[in-house]
Amino acid sequence: MQAELARELPPAGFNFENCKRNEALINGGFLAPKTVKTGTTIAGIIFKDGVILGADTRATEGPIVSDKNCSKIHYLAPNMYCCGAGTAADTEMTTDLVSSQLALHRLNTGREVPVVCATTLLKQKLFRYQGNISAALVLGGVDLTGPTIYSIAPHGSVDKLPYTSMGSGSLAAMSVFESRYKPDMTEEEAKKLVRDAIAGGVFNDLGSGSNIDLCVIRKNKTVDYLRNYEIANRKGERTLDYSFLKGTTIVTGTKTFNLDITETVIPMEVA
Amino acid sequence: MFQQMNIQQNFPEYNIPGKQHHDFSPYESNGGSIVAIAGKGYAIIAADTRLSSGYSIHTRKQKKTFKLTDTTVLGSTGCWCDTLSLTSLLAYRMQSYVHTHQKTMSTNAIAQLISVMMYNKRFFPYYVSNVLAGLDEEGNGVVYSYDPIGHCEKTTYRAGGTAGALLQPVLDNQIGYKNQNLAEKPEITKEKAISIATDTFISASERDIYTGDSVVICIITKDGIEEKTVQLRKD
Amino acid sequence: MQGYNDGMSRPFWSNGPSPGQFYNFTGGDRSASQGFGPQNNFGAQRSSQPITTGTSVVGIKFDGGVMIAADALVSYGSVARFQDVKRVFKVNDQAILGTGGDFADFQSIQRSINDKMIDDICHDDTISLKPKSLYNWLTRILNNRRNKFEPLWLDMVVGGIENGEPFLGHVDLRGRSYEDDIIATGFGKHLALPIIREQIVEGRPFTQEEATNLIKKSMEVLFYRDCRALSRYYVAVCTAAGANVSEVQKVNQNWEVATVVRGYS
Repeated sequence: MQAELARELPPAGFNFENCKRNEALINGGFLAPKTVKTGTTIAGIIFKDGVILGADTRATEGPIVSDKNCSKIHYLAPNMYCCGAGTAADTEMTTDLVSSQLALHRLNTGREVPVVCATTLLKQKLFRYQGNISAALVLGGVDLTGPTIYSIAPHGSVDKLPYTSMGSGSLAAMSVFESRYKPDMTEEEAKKLVRDAIAGGVFNDLGSGSNIDLCVIRKNKTVDYLRNYEIANRKGERTLDYSFLKGTTIVTGTKTFNLDITETVIPMEVA
Repeated sequence: MFQQMNIQQNFPEYNIPGKQHHDFSPYESNGGSIVAIAGKGYAIIAADTRLSSGYSIHTRKQKKTFKLTDTTVLGSTGCWCDTLSLTSLLAYRMQSYVHTHQKTMSTNAIAQLISVMMYNKRFFPYYVSNVLAGLDEEGNGVVYSYDPIGHCEKTTYRAGGTAGALLQPVLDNQIGYKNQNLAEKPEITKEKAISIATDTFISASERDIYTGDSVVICIITKDGIEEKTVQLRKD
Repeated sequence: MQGYNDGMSRPFWSNGPSPGQFYNFTGGDRSASQGFGPQNNFGAQRSSQPITTGTSVVGIKFDGGVMIAADALVSYGSVARFQDVKRVFKVNDQAILGTGGDFADFQSIQRSINDKMIDDICHDDTISLKPKSLYNWLTRILNNRRNKFEPLWLDMVVGGIENGEPFLGHVDLRGRSYEDDIIATGFGKHLALPIIREQIVEGRPFTQEEATNLIKKSMEVLFYRDCRALSRYYVAVCTAAGANVSEVQKVNQNWEVATVVRGYS
């Protein structure tokens, strides 16, 4: 009886039961469904008064853009944010999970969590999964030791650098940093540089596109999350009106219901 | 075709000792889309100008429409080196026709020639998406579209290339009036066709990463070929 | 014409079926029964992957001319093997060429081009190879070889002056070719193009000084981030006054940030 109950409880962590079956299916010619990737340009730099993170806003499924204005700079803690590139679900879930672990850590210790702590949590998680969690991260934050930028690769390796970039547009962004980065820049200079780096990815890398998000985290613990800092690309103006005339669809029957609308619905963005 | 060609994997007994694995692929997708619409007294054909492969943009200003005669334009995308080979061989064959028959080729003769040239490479195909637009003998628009090995279909509107699957249903609905219960279905004017072609490219560049930068629209009438360029997204 | 690039001079459509024979599939003088792929009786093959290689080439058009740069390194796998090699060269007074990819294939094509130049000179008719003709010729040669599954593993940038106008084009190992105002191959496509493209002013070409500085910056960034790059490079410049390949240039190296990097976690 107890064994029967226990069987119903799913174990913690990932569920691997279908791995063998899925492998057999794929070998038999089944095409695995596509995951949403954030082809992505993400970047981060250290400047005089803190760090700046930047990201584009395009998400793709193969050659198709699946989200034109997605958000790739994730919240980790009040003093740190993390940009994610790779499989969208992996970057979101990994940063969310670590964010909650950091919150618990903060409540347990009653102090601000150092950035290196988030780095350790992230790299240990990624390393355990041997690169199968495809999240390439740029983590930025400030703590007692000052501002720091880390880049964390999907296999769990970590780099601590004054400037870094990740994702398919990382080379475009890095070329901008390599030609114009200098230590101790002002906030305006630094914002311009990160914008230029992300724009390099947006315009030269097909996996990146749409708008530019920035996030400034200063030593004085103020944060500016600049969502859509620059609308780098606007949609062209269509020349015709494509609304359909009434009656375009044949009405086969009508039935009337009376409904009370109690909720306001925000329409989905379709432009 | 390439499964057949992979001797090492499929027929290990035919492996030659010392032969190294080769990973050269003769093909590459260089992206790009085409839209062609034909009507009474006109034909239009539009193609974007982005040449790319993988996640890189090679150039933002590669024209993919080829003026073949005063009344015929070919749009060709796919593996760009095959487009180049096909169009330069086509130019040679057309010139040779002029010298043999003392006249330029008609649109349907070109359509047939392209089909034959494509099928000629049945077992090592030109990996291209071709759409031919032009005027027929009566001066009315015609569109021919092809598959990579020479199947040819005469239509009045067609979308091809990387965003072909995205755009064709739009044309079916807007040009072909498919799924529209309307009392009258007016003929598509030249101006409307140009607008629809432009608008479809604006939409395609929103969602297809290989379509963008700008679109070149060729408007073919008995008075000649007019060319128009509209800018698209650059990201 | 036997020897290197053999088969270039074959007539059009030469590999159709002879009467009573099977169709010869792409790849030249082989019967269909021998199968596909680049193999001869000894199982040898050429250039199925490049061995001695050059990395990026960067080319820029400016008002009145064009310049092409490539670093001085030819690698042997991951060995920085030959460190003073000119991968850009002057074809004639109106054409220059820069090459990345397999260096053996480059030398082979360079010999062919030099032969063509000697032919040109011997004709003594003041007509010489123009950059567009060279570009088109290379496109056909490379495409012909890819059709045989024996590609010349090259990424070539052709530049020059044609009818008083600057010309710049790119041809790759498949015979894919295009013209543009800025061209970069290999790693340069990812690292140099973004920083050059952002400097474009619409409706105005670069000046020669701007182009020189952009090349300098590009080679610096490539040196930092491309494992197969070197800090020394050559630039070929072609203007109406003629073409020439520069003395060896050195990239500016700035290691200021190195002192900021401490530890990795």
